[in-house]
Amino acid sequence: MPIARHSRWIGCLLAAGFISSAAAQTQQINLYTTREPGLIKPLIEEFTKTTGIAVNTVFLESGLPERVAAEGDKSPADVLMAVDAGNLVELVDKGVTQPLRSEALEAAIPAALRDANGHWFGLSARARVVYVSKDDVKQPAITYEELADPKWKGKICIRSSQHPYNTALVAAYIAKHGEAKAEEWLRGVKANLARKPAGGDRENARDILAGLCQIGIGNSYYVGLMRSGKGGPDQKKWGDGVNVLLPTFANGGTHVNVSGAALAKHSPNKAAAVKFLEFLVSAPAQSVYAQANFEYPVRAGVAADPIIAQLGELKIDQVPLSDWVKHRKAASQLADRVAFDAGS
Amino acid sequence: MTEIAAPPAAQAGFRARRFSPRFFLSGWLAAAFVIAALAAAPVASLVWLAMGGDASVWREVAPHVVAPALRETALLLFGVALIVIPVGTITAWLVTAYDFKGRAALTWMLLLPLATPTYVAAFAYVDILHAVGPFQTALRALLGYSRPADLRLPDIRSLPGAALLLGFVLYPYVYLATRALFLSQPASMLDVARSLGAGDIRVFARIALPMARPAVAAGCALALMEALNDVGAATFLGVRTLTVTVQAVWLNQSNLPGAAQIALMLLLMVVSLTLVERAARRRAAYAAASNNIRLLTPRRLSGAPAVLALLAGLLPVCLGFLFPFLHLVHESLRRLSFAGLSASLIDEMLTTLALSAFATVLAVAAGVVVAFAGRAKPGAAATFAARAASLGYALPGSILAIGMLPLAFAFSGASVGLLGWSAGVLASAYAIRFLAIPVGAVEAGLARVPRDLDDVASSLGESSAGVLARVVLPITLPSVAAAATLVFVECMKELPITLMLRPLNVETLATHLYGEAARGSYEDGAIAALLIVLVSLAPVILLSRLTRSFPGPASLSVIRRRFRSTTNG
Repeated sequence: MPIARHSRWIGCLLAAGFISSAAAQTQQINLYTTREPGLIKPLIEEFTKTTGIAVNTVFLESGLPERVAAEGDKSPADVLMAVDAGNLVELVDKGVTQPLRSEALEAAIPAALRDANGHWFGLSARARVVYVSKDDVKQPAITYEELADPKWKGKICIRSSQHPYNTALVAAYIAKHGEAKAEEWLRGVKANLARKPAGGDRENARDILAGLCQIGIGNSYYVGLMRSGKGGPDQKKWGDGVNVLLPTFANGGTHVNVSGAALAKHSPNKAAAVKFLEFLVSAPAQSVYAQANFEYPVRAGVAADPIIAQLGELKIDQVPLSDWVKHRKAASQLADRVAFDAGS
Repeated sequence: MTEIAAPPAAQAGFRARRFSPRFFLSGWLAAAFVIAALAAAPVASLVWLAMGGDASVWREVAPHVVAPALRETALLLFGVALIVIPVGTITAWLVTAYDFKGRAALTWMLLLPLATPTYVAAFAYVDILHAVGPFQTALRALLGYSRPADLRLPDIRSLPGAALLLGFVLYPYVYLATRALFLSQPASMLDVARSLGAGDIRVFARIALPMARPAVAAGCALALMEALNDVGAATFLGVRTLTVTVQAVWLNQSNLPGAAQIALMLLLMVVSLTLVERAARRRAAYAAASNNIRLLTPRRLSGAPAVLALLAGLLPVCLGFLFPFLHLVHESLRRLSFAGLSASLIDEMLTTLALSAFATVLAVAAGVVVAFAGRAKPGAAATFAARAASLGYALPGSILAIGMLPLAFAFSGASVGLLGWSAGVLASAYAIRFLAIPVGAVEAGLARVPRDLDDVASSLGESSAGVLARVVLPITLPSVAAAATLVFVECMKELPITLMLRPLNVETLATHLYGEAARGSYEDGAIAALLIVLVSLAPVILLSRLTRSFPGPASLSVIRRRFRSTTNG
C-alpha cells in the first residue's frame, strides 16, 4: 500500500500527537493510582476547581510499580497513589519514587504515618475493625488476639488471607508477637472460620445478617459506606444490622493502615505534583477523605465523619507503619503455610 | 467480485513465471513467522522475567501453595468439562437433529451466555443465591422458615459452585463447535443408523457424538482456557486456582520472577493438553465437502417431546444468561433511580467499542495470514508458526499482561503521552491475546475446502496469492466472520490486560465495572455490566447466523460460479 495515499491521515495523527503532547506542557498532572476512581474523584475535582490544574488518571488494579518502571525515564507519571503501606513501600523498593521535602506535608502528617526520607506520605487512615452480630455478641470490646479463642469456633467470617488488608494485619501481629506466636494465632483463627474465606469485607456484614457467622473482619470505611446509605438500600440494611467494635491488640491500640501517595521519580510536572500532594493534606481535602470516603484524616484537627466517630475513639497501635510493613512477605507466606484460605 | 476478463493461456503462463509461486509461498510464511514472533513475545518476556529470579519460590511457596492450587485448578477444570460437554453437545444435537416450535429462536439464544463475563455471573449469582438474597428469601417464605439460619443451603462460594457457574456460562464454546460440525455432517451415516432401527439416543450417543469428538475437544479446550483465565470469579467464590496463586505470589510476596515461573509451569500444562487434543483430533478423519452432500434433515417433534426439547434447551440459557441478566437489569434500574447514570458511561462504551473493533481487525487479519501460510506452504514451519501465534490464548490474561508490560513500553519513549500510540499498543495486546481464535477458525474453515480447488485454479493461471485471495478466502468468509465476532465479544469483556496497559484517562466498560467491584460496590457497576452484555448481544446473535453453514451448500455454489466465470474467460 503506497504510503502517499495515506499521508494525509498520517499527518493528522502526527499533528494530533504533537498537539496532545504540547497540551501536556500546560498545567496538568498525571496521576497513577490503585485507589478506586470513585473514591478519589471528589478530591481531583476539588483540586482542579481551586488551582485550575487538570488531573489525568490511570486506575491500575495491580502492577503500579511494574508499570511505572516499565515506562522508564520518559514515564509521564507525576503522582503515584496507592493503598496499603506495603504497596507504598513497594514503590520505593522498585525505585520509582523520589524523596520530597515539604514543610506542609511534614507538618500535617504524623511521623508514624509517613516515610522518614519523604519517599511516601500517608494521606488517610483506615482501621481494621470487627463487625459483630447484634444478637449474639454482647461484649463491648475485643482484642485481635481473642479471635483465635476457641469460643469463636465456626463464627468468624473474613476475606482471603492473601488480600493486602489482611496481610497487613498479620504483619502487624508478627511485629508485635513474633512469627511463632503469629502462626499459632493464625491457626486458631482458621479453626474458627464459619466459611471459606471469600468475597470482600462487606460480604461479612451480609453474612452476619444471614446468621452464617457472628464476627466479621473489615475496614472501618465500609461501615460508613454501608450505614450512610451510599452503597444503596441493601447495604444500609447490612450496616445497620451489625454492631461495630474497634478492636485493639492486648496492651496496644488498633491496627491502622494508610492510603498514601508518592512523587514519581521522573515526574515531568514536579511543581504541580507537589501542589497536588500538599492539597491532599490541606483541611478541605482531608475533610473530603473524612466525609466522602469515611476514612480517618491524618491531619490533626479535621474531624472524622460522625458515623465513624460514633464507633469510638481511635487509639492507633504504637508500632510504627514502617516497622510492621517489613513483615509483609513473611505474613503472606505464613498464611500460605497454614493454608488459611482452605478454610476450617 | 472484480472479474477482469480472464487472461488467455499464454499471458497466464507468463504471469505464472514472473510471479512464481515460490516467491509468494515464502512470503506468506515469512509474514506468518513475523506475526508468530510478535504473538509469542510476551511469553518470551515471561521466560526472561522468570530467569531473572532465583528458585526461592519453589522452596518457600510451592510446597504449601502450588500443589493445592494445582489440585483445585484441576478439579475446577474437571468440573467445568463435566458440565460443558453434556450441555454443549446435547443442546447442539437438539437444535440440529430435531425441529420443534421455538427451535429457530433457541438456536441463537443458546449462544447468549457468551455475552456474560464470568466475573459478572459470579457477582450476580452470589447476590441472587445469598442467604438474604431473593432466591433463598422466597424459598424460606414458601417453606415457612423465618430466619436465614433455619434453612442452610450449600454455598455457591465453593469449588463445586464455581464449577457449576463457569460450566453454564462457558458451554457455548462446545455448543458452537459441535453445532457447526453437526450441520455439515453428511446425513447418510445417521440415516443408515436410523433405518437399522437405532433409537434417537443411540444415534446420538453411538454415532453423532463420536463423529463430533474433534469439535467437542476443540470447544471444550476453549471453555477450559476461559475458566483458567478467570480471576474475578475464582477470587470472589473463594477458589484458589493457579492463576490466583500467580497473582498472589507476585503482589503479596513481591516475587515477580517466582510468579513468572509458576505461570510458565501453567503454560506448559496447557500446551501439553492442547498437544494431546490435537493429536487426538488428527486421528479422526474430517469429512471433506463433496459435491453431493446432503445434510441432516431435522426430525419434526410435536406435543410433549417438543415441549421437553424446548425446556431442555432453555435451561442452560436461563442459567448462563437470563438470570444474571435480569438481576443486572433489576440492579441497574435501582441504581439509576438511586444514583443516576454516570456521565462517563457513554465515553467508556465508545472507547470499548473502538478498541475492540480495532483489535478485531488486527487479530483477524493476522489470523488469516497465519492460516493461509499453512495452506500455501503446508509443513512443520507453518504449523509451528500457527501454534506460536496461538500462545497468547493459552495463558490467563492477567499473566500475559505481566509479560506484555516490559514490551508495551519498550518503544514508547517520548510517545508514551500519545494517546493514539498507547491505544494502538493496547489494541495490539488484545490482538495477541485472542489471535488463537481467528487462526483456529480459519484453519478449520480451510480444512474443509478441498485442495483440488487450489490446483485447478493455479493450473488455470491464477497466481498463488490469487488462489488464496480470490478462490479460497471467499469460501472461508463465514469462518472469518465468525472468528471476528467472537474476538470482538472477547475484547469487549477483556479486563486484566486493559487494567495493566491502558493509557491515561482511558476507561472501558469492563474497567469501570471492575473499579466499582473493587470497592465492593458492584451494584454501581451493574449498569456497566449490563452495557457489556447488551453490546455483546448483537455480535453473539450474528455469530449464530454465521455459523449456520460451515461451509455448506451456499459456499459450494460460490465455488461453481467462480469456476464457470474463470473458464468462460
